[in-house]
Amino acid sequence: MEISAPLTNEDVAKLKAGDKVSIRGVMYVARDAAHKRIVEALGRGEAPPFPLEGAIVYYMGPSPAKPGKVIGAAGPTTSGRMDSYAPTLMARGLKGMIGKGMRSKAVKEAIKEHKAIYFAAIGGAGALIAQRIKAAEVIAYPELGAEAVYRLEVDDFPVVVIDDIYGGDLYEEGKAAYKRELAV
Amino acid sequence: MRDIQAATITQAISRLCEEANLYLGEDVVDAFKAALAVEKSPMGKDVLKQLIENADIARKEGFPLCQDTGTTVVFLELGQEVHVVGGDLYGAINAGVRQGYTAGYLRKSVVDKPFSARINSKDNTPAVIHTEIVPGDRLKITVAPKGGGSENMTRLGMLTPSAGRQGVIDFVVRAVEEAGSNPCPPVVVCVGIGGNAEKALLIAKKAMLRKLGDRHPDPELAELEKELLTRINATGLGPQGLGGTTTALDVHIDSYPCHIASMPVAVNIVCHSARHKEVEL
Repeated sequence: MEISAPLTNEDVAKLKAGDKVSIRGVMYVARDAAHKRIVEALGRGEAPPFPLEGAIVYYMGPSPAKPGKVIGAAGPTTSGRMDSYAPTLMARGLKGMIGKGMRSKAVKEAIKEHKAIYFAAIGGAGALIAQRIKAAEVIAYPELGAEAVYRLEVDDFPVVVIDDIYGGDLYEEGKAAYKRELAV
Repeated sequence: MRDIQAATITQAISRLCEEANLYLGEDVVDAFKAALAVEKSPMGKDVLKQLIENADIARKEGFPLCQDTGTTVVFLELGQEVHVVGGDLYGAINAGVRQGYTAGYLRKSVVDKPFSARINSKDNTPAVIHTEIVPGDRLKITVAPKGGGSENMTRLGMLTPSAGRQGVIDFVVRAVEEAGSNPCPPVVVCVGIGGNAEKALLIAKKAMLRKLGDRHPDPELAELEKELLTRINATGLGPQGLGGTTTALDVHIDSYPCHIASMPVAVNIVCHSARHKEVEL
């Protein structure tokens, strides 16, 4: 299935855990240190560094771009470290998150409540994913280096739906489908 | 005594940092292909195909395999007849890391003041260096960049002797299951049994350097490796934790004698970018 970012409630409602999705459009990159700053800024009543309404945030910290390249390797980081910040951002309009690894119960509840979606990209496929990024620009916190906030333009960016608004969770469903009980 | 110039060590480290991050070992690529032939889950197969493609793109286009180019872990086997001249050994190693991570466009992921300001050193130094003094007049250097996602899943269990073999199995399988999709499966599960707390962790870490598919020479440990691999692949986690039959590419165990009261077990999970490159000077 193909979707365009930013996302609407209708886009999110169509997505179910296990769906393979190709994304095109704009997404924003933020990981640990940037999340801390964004949430602190919101707490002080300041504007976030990018419009949150409908936005997709990609949990990632790229390697430096070589001359002539748009970006370096650009695979997802572990999403769980952003769990304490994610519900605040969803309450402010964030619709999509891309990372890898399980989310907390609170995040899954917020996904249902605020009509958002959690995708996984292939962890460790940094060279491959970089080929799908057509433009990259640092738009906030450049002093954070690899943890700065980037605006990306992507095409045919491959992800799979992990947590949907209906309570589906691919990590749980996939594991249960292939688990085998062995004799001790 | 045989002299080795510090500058030679710096050059070697710099080259190994780049090579380890760009060129995945043939044994790992072969393990992806072998897993692809037996993986039951369609989505798992899809992931394995993309990992093979990723290794290919990295090699041909000069991209790091993964944006997380790791903490630079360096293992030294230093011959006792070697004399390092023209600079200090660890200084030479860190100069090599600085050079390799800068010239190679690798990500700088090391911060000082870990629980407060978290200030990036901007050159990936300092490396984490493990030195073993061995007989002879050679210096073997291995660079093994280790990503944060997998390293965060490390477990140390100070088990009691009564826990026995089954206790080890239960502890290791639980560590892999609890890590789930976080350490980027299919993983290489490295286990250290015995020694004390830090020794168990160190031998587990060093077990990652063994070629995939090679069994431990001790038949008892080789058997345990095979059983653990079967059990880990029965958890259902699969490639990227999306469900499947390839959770681990291999299990490597090492052991060391321990105290009569103890049975330490360390689990160090290595992501599918099981990177290391070595040279002997």
